[in-house]
Amino acid sequence: MSEQNSVRMQSPLGRVRGLGSAKGGTHHWWIQRVTSIALLPLTIWFILSIALHTGSSHAQVVAWIGHPLNAVLLISFILISFQHAGAGMQVVLEDYVRGEMPRMASILAVKALCWLMALLAALSVLRVAL
Amino acid sequence: MSSMKDAREATFIGRRTDGTRIRRPLSPHLQVYDMVQITSGLSVLNRATGIAWTVGSAFLVWWLMAAASGPQALAKAQWFFSSFLGILVLAGMTAVAWFHTFAGIRHLMWDAGHGFDLPSTWKTGKAVMVATGVATVLTWLIALISW
Repeated sequence: MSEQNSVRMQSPLGRVRGLGSAKGGTHHWWIQRVTSIALLPLTIWFILSIALHTGSSHAQVVAWIGHPLNAVLLISFILISFQHAGAGMQVVLEDYVRGEMPRMASILAVKALCWLMALLAALSVLRVAL
Repeated sequence: MSSMKDAREATFIGRRTDGTRIRRPLSPHLQVYDMVQITSGLSVLNRATGIAWTVGSAFLVWWLMAAASGPQALAKAQWFFSSFLGILVLAGMTAVAWFHTFAGIRHLMWDAGHGFDLPSTWKTGKAVMVATGVATVLTWLIALISW
C-alpha cells in the first residue's frame, strides 16, 4: 500500500470520524428486539382473532374491526409488524445482495413497500373504525 | 484486487509472510456444512419464515382493504381465502407465523444470555418445532369450528 510510505496529515480521530457507530451501532438490533417483544402478544392475539372469524359475514368483520380496542390493537400490530419486517428484510438484503447500488436500491424498495402496505392497512382499519 | 466492488471485500485482505497481499479464502459453507442439523436448519428456517411472513402480510393488507371497501370486495377476498390455493396460503402462513413467533422467543432467550450450550439448543429447537406443530393444528381447529 502506497499510503504507508507517505506521512499521514490526518489525526487518528479525524480518520475514524463518521465511520464508527457513534453509539448508534446497536440501534437497529435493539429496535428489532423491542418490536419483537411488542409483537409477541399482538401476533398471538391476531392469529387467534382471525381464526375465530373464518365464518364471519362482512357486517361481523366490520363490527369486529370497528371496535375501538380491536382497531387500536390492529393498527399497533400493523405498524410494528411492518417496521419489524422492514428491518428484518434490510438485514437479509445486506447479507445477500452484492454491490452497493443494487443493495441500496433493493433496501429502499422494500422499505417503501413496507411503508405503503402499513399505511394502506392502517387507513383501512381507520376507515372502518371511524 | 485492483478494485473492490464491495466494501466487505476489505475484510478479506491478508498478507503473506513476505508482505505481499493476498485475498483471504472465504470459508466454504453451503457446500460443506450439513444444513439439516437442528441448529443451522432452524436458523435458516427463522430467516425464511421472516421473509415468508413479510410477503404474506400483503394478504392481510388486502383483507383489511376489502373489509373497508364493502361487502362485495370482502366477498371476493373471502372467495380466494376459501379456495384451495387460499387455504394453502393461510395454512402456510399459520405455520410460518407460529414458527417465527416461537423461534423469536428462543432468540430473545439467547439475547438475555440463557440456553447457549448445545444440549439446551437442541432441546429448545425441538420445543420450537413441536410448539409450531401443536399451535398450527390448534389454530386450524378453532378456524374450522368457527367456519
